[in-house]
Amino acid sequence: MEGSPSCKDQTGRRHEAAGVVAFVKDYMGFLLPADLNLLWTIGAMLVAVLGLMLLSGLTLALSYTPDASLAFGSVEALERRMPSGWLLRSLHMTGASFFMAALYLHVFRGLYYGSYRAPRRGLWLIGSALLVMVMVTAFAGYVLPWGQMSYWGADVAGKAVGAVPVIGSLLERVFLGGDAPGTPTLHRMFVLHFTLAFSIVGAVVLHVAVLHARGSSSPSGPQGETPARMLPFYPYFTIKDTLGVVVMALLFTMVMCFWPGLITEPANYRPANPLHTPADIEPEWYFLPFYGMLQAVPSKFGGLLVSAGAVVVLFCVPWLDRGPGWTGPKSGMRWLAWLAMSVLVASFVLAGLAGSHHVQGVWLLVGRLATVGYYAYFLGFLPFYAKLANWGERA
Amino acid sequence: MTGTQVLSSSIAQARKWGGVALLLGVGLGHGPAGWAQSLAPAQAPVQNWSFKGPLGHFDLAAVQRGYAVFAGVCASCHGLTQVHFSDLAGMGLTSEQIAALAEAWQVPDGLDAEGRLKHRKAQPDDALPEPYPNAQAARAANRGAVPPDLSRITQVYPGGPDRVFALLTGYGAPPSHQSGTGSAAGGGLVGGAHPAAVAGGEGGFANPYAIGHRTAMPPPLRDGAVVFTDGTQATAEQEARDVTTFLAWVSNPHADSKRRLGVGVALYLCFLATLLVILKRRIWSHVRK
Repeated sequence: MEGSPSCKDQTGRRHEAAGVVAFVKDYMGFLLPADLNLLWTIGAMLVAVLGLMLLSGLTLALSYTPDASLAFGSVEALERRMPSGWLLRSLHMTGASFFMAALYLHVFRGLYYGSYRAPRRGLWLIGSALLVMVMVTAFAGYVLPWGQMSYWGADVAGKAVGAVPVIGSLLERVFLGGDAPGTPTLHRMFVLHFTLAFSIVGAVVLHVAVLHARGSSSPSGPQGETPARMLPFYPYFTIKDTLGVVVMALLFTMVMCFWPGLITEPANYRPANPLHTPADIEPEWYFLPFYGMLQAVPSKFGGLLVSAGAVVVLFCVPWLDRGPGWTGPKSGMRWLAWLAMSVLVASFVLAGLAGSHHVQGVWLLVGRLATVGYYAYFLGFLPFYAKLANWGERA
Repeated sequence: MTGTQVLSSSIAQARKWGGVALLLGVGLGHGPAGWAQSLAPAQAPVQNWSFKGPLGHFDLAAVQRGYAVFAGVCASCHGLTQVHFSDLAGMGLTSEQIAALAEAWQVPDGLDAEGRLKHRKAQPDDALPEPYPNAQAARAANRGAVPPDLSRITQVYPGGPDRVFALLTGYGAPPSHQSGTGSAAGGGLVGGAHPAAVAGGEGGFANPYAIGHRTAMPPPLRDGAVVFTDGTQATAEQEARDVTTFLAWVSNPHADSKRRLGVGVALYLCFLATLLVILKRRIWSHVRK
């Protein structure tokens, strides 16, 4: 890797090599808080899965045809008779689920430990933008095989976009490329899926660069970020991250090879049929919480606002949180933060369960409670917990 | 696209017949209690398939016998549109055997000088031919129902292989609550033990595992419908078992390779993870807690 001394242009080479070596040295010597727990290895897992998604996605794209009459057959053909096509597609499908799962854990970790506080507000914003990009990419990718759920998913998404006042119908037509999902929709989704995938890589590079500029947060708060309690990335965190990635790969293999039913939707093995609406249209599991919130609100546009707002609110978190954080050593607020976070996670899961059922009766109630619980964390807890805790201490 | 149209219209058809079944069941009184009242498909008895579970693997002899049943019986009404003859090599056949097997099929080969449809013998890289040129023809030939495509049937059919098997063997039988045994609904019934209960007619055929307990599909299997070259006795139940295994294999032909790969990779990763845990403990042993 380093410049070889036998080269003619020695000085130039050495200079260039020194640049690379300096970069690698700088990167490997990057100081991180020693008390980072296992949740901090999820970032490395995400990078690993992203690489896997790019490689498998590029090879899959070589034999995919974005045309309403050919897409389903082309996916069947690549899965049935392209060499290792079944493997590539399983990797890509399992990868999508693992990426979203790891991303949600990453976000919840950031929320719980207050990783969005200054000086890391920019890092949090890039991360939130990444979440949105990944979600759009995942949705676009799910439309591509053109099975029943692909088609009706695109249909529901088109109608949701169409619920926007004034410009809704125009947006819907732009999104679908017509009145109903069809070949133009597939072209749009294919291009979107592809371009966003590489935009995500760029945003991840930016995310990591900002992390390096601002330093990592610590589970024990600013006290953990003092140089005395830091360790270099290599070898302490490289080994930890590698272990995390291998454990994730083990889980990945188990799901992909032994329990693929956990992450595949059987209805999507039926070719898209515009004449037959499935009894249950439901998105992939990772969109269920937002789907639950969408249905919990009686008005179509209201539902759209609430479910999109659930992601948008993440962008506001650095400014919603007015408190000093609860990660200090003698903080009496820890139980409160733990309770609030439990409510948030439980609400997220319950909204997902509501989304996977017909939202009526008990499930409508559950969906509404979960929506309230979710928003309560951001709008009810974060801005006021400091006062609450002060009041608690005084009492 | 036609595949789903087919399935949906056959489901719609089945629903329509559901009403008829209710009338018949109540009016003629030959439906066992509780059967005619609930028109939801009965719970199929759980079968012990070779390919079941995370470490199962397909019994390829059964898959091959199942192909014989498919080719001899099912293929007259059902297609496997996504499957090519060469894909059948995965059942454990050589390329010569595939070529010979393909030759037994006729596929459309464009039009002749007078505009008539020509046919030729199939070749390994042809797709399996569809039984009907379009859904209208299928509907006309099957009293309004379109037989579904079977390429992914055990994956998309609610209840999976257990229900496919139960449907094939369950004609005229009350829903069986036995589980785990292979002889649940018995091939004997299909063989015509209860012709009155099986009787078709306009309302379709009584079958507790179909939607509305009526299916447009006549009882497809009978003893000796095909001859198995490996000497296995071709009872209706054996045929149903084998063809279900075949359909499960066709629905997911690479499941075995995937599971084999999974075992190797998982073992490797366990080993690697163990080494990494040791390494991590050594590296971090210098760090004061």
